[in-house]
Amino acid sequence: MTAPQRPRPARKRALHKFIPGLINCVQFEEFMVNYFEGTLPPARRMSFNAHLKVCRECRDYLAAYKQTIELGKAAFENRDGPLPDDVPEDLVQAILAARNTPG
Amino acid sequence: MDDAPIRRNIQTTGETAVAPVARAAPMSGDLENSTLLEKLRAGDDEAFEQFVRQHSGRALATARRLLRDDAAAADCVQEAFLAASQNIGGFEGRSSLATWLNRITINQALMHLRRHKAKKEIPLDPLLPQFDDNQCRIEPALHVVRTVEDIIADAQLKDMITKGIEQLPDEYRVVLLLRDIEEMTTREVASTLEISEGAVKTRLHRARSALKKILEPLWLEYGP
Repeated sequence: MTAPQRPRPARKRALHKFIPGLINCVQFEEFMVNYFEGTLPPARRMSFNAHLKVCRECRDYLAAYKQTIELGKAAFENRDGPLPDDVPEDLVQAILAARNTPG
Repeated sequence: MDDAPIRRNIQTTGETAVAPVARAAPMSGDLENSTLLEKLRAGDDEAFEQFVRQHSGRALATARRLLRDDAAAADCVQEAFLAASQNIGGFEGRSSLATWLNRITINQALMHLRRHKAKKEIPLDPLLPQFDDNQCRIEPALHVVRTVEDIIADAQLKDMITKGIEQLPDEYRVVLLLRDIEEMTTREVASTLEISEGAVKTRLHRARSALKKILEPLWLEYGP
């Protein structure tokens, strides 16, 4: 199935022309790394947020990107929980035996 | 699995080699940990068994995530405990024993990955964001059909997330796992993988972007 593409909004292109300092989607993409690291300088953060206000594609992209991070974390939640049942006893015994083996 | 102990060249896994900035140990259980630590340093067999039984579950889970191979993960955990046993004298207590052992396990798993190059990896570029000639993002119109909670509650869908992560090429998958799942800092990941912090950030972003593309069908459908 081919993904339906949104029409390229002329309004957004016009905004890029007439609002000085408004970053484009490629620049927005470049800023994303530091945005998530929390190291985006204030001026760039303002540009990042301004772009979000006018660009629906980047808004949707950012939302899905955040959701992906959340899903990844959720898939592995409880990793610090109690000992899983599937730790094989022979592994435990092999570790204990290996420790007492010279070499 | 062969019960015979497997000994390989275990590299230095002293505390400083494992993590330059270790997270603080939790306050609760400190006393218990310090008693266990004293016994481990004294070479007490019972304490070592307790240590293995307490921490092998998390270590095995970490190794499985990184190696995608149960047998290799078991070998890696065995090597990690041996390395821990040999280097316990160098453990200064700046992190919890659990964190320290987890870092050793990660290092052992990374050594394994370096020795055994992945057989088949999907190309990443088709999964990365696309832009038109005007540098505008090309993003299909999608609408949400499931929440994170819906997906996680469904074992089959949850399994698809881990399988999605497993599809990523090792150099990206490992960074994603260490940063997002093991919750190491960018600096810690850079130090562990011996790459620059910039490279960590770039790989992480590419890994997340590709994973987004892989996982989108789980919660999005085409339409306004």
